[in-house]
Amino acid sequence: MSTVTEARIEADPTVPIIRITRDFAGTPEQLLRAHTDPEIFARWVGPDSISTRIDHWDARSGGSWRYVATHGDDEHGFRGCFHDVRPDRIVQTFTWEGMPDAVALETLIFEDLGDGHTRLHASSLCDNFEARDGWLQSGMEVGVNEGYAKLDGLLRDGAV
Amino acid sequence: MADQLSRLFAALADPTRRDIVARLAVGDATVGQLAAPYEVSMQAVSKHLKVLEDAGLVSRSRDAQRRPVHLEPEVLEQMTSWIERYRRAAEERFQRLDAVLAEMNAAEKNTDTEKEQRP
Repeated sequence: MSTVTEARIEADPTVPIIRITRDFAGTPEQLLRAHTDPEIFARWVGPDSISTRIDHWDARSGGSWRYVATHGDDEHGFRGCFHDVRPDRIVQTFTWEGMPDAVALETLIFEDLGDGHTRLHASSLCDNFEARDGWLQSGMEVGVNEGYAKLDGLLRDGAV
Repeated sequence: MADQLSRLFAALADPTRRDIVARLAVGDATVGQLAAPYEVSMQAVSKHLKVLEDAGLVSRSRDAQRRPVHLEPEVLEQMTSWIERYRRAAEERFQRLDAVLAEMNAAEKNTDTEKEQRP
C-alpha cells in the first residue's frame, strides 16, 4: 500500500460529496483523541490567524458541539451533532451558522495501517451541489502559508 | 462565481458530457463527429453541447459552416484550482494535526520511559 503523505481530494461530479484521504504518523486511538478532546482539537483545526473557542463539546454518540472561529472582528459559529463516536470512526453533522440550512454529514474513518500509522478517510456529504461547491470555494480564503509556518515553528521548538 | 462552479459541476455530472469533454481535449470536432460513437441522435448531442456551452466549457464558432466545437481548457483549470485550494487548506489543517500527533507520541514515549525507570 502506498503512503498518502499529502491530502488527496475527490469532488464527485454525480453526488454532492467531498472525499479526502490522508495518512498520519499516529495510532487510530490518537487520531480519535485529536478529534474528540476539545483542547487538542482547538489547537489544529484553524490556521494561526484564526482563534478557535470551544463553546460546547460533548463528544459522545448523541452528543453535540459548537465552536466559534474568530479572525479579527469576524466571528463565525460552527455547530453539529456527534451522531456516532467509535474507536474507528466519527459520524457527525456540520453546519456554519451563517448558512444554517446547509448541513453536511461528515464521516471520518480511522483505518489502522499498523506500526503506529493511520489512514484518515473523511467524507462530507452536502444536501445539494450549491452547498458543496460553496465549501470548495471557502477553501480559497484560508491563508496558504500559515499551516507550514506553524509546522516549522513546532519543528524548531523540538515539539515534533 | 459559486453559480459558475455549480454549473460546471452540473455540466460534468453526466457521463456522456464528460466523455465529450475528454474527446474535445484531443482536438476540435463537429457535432456529427461527436455524435458518431453514441447511440443517440445529433439532437441529443446538441443538447449536451448546449449545457457544456452554458457552463463555459466549450465554444462554437458562429460563422463557419461546420461550426466545430472547441474546448475551453482554462475553465476546467479554474475548477481544478478551486478544488486544489480546498485541498491545500485541508492539507494545512492536517499538517497542524501531524504536529499535534508528534507531540502526543513524544509525551507517550516520555511516560513509558518514566515507567521503565521506576524501580
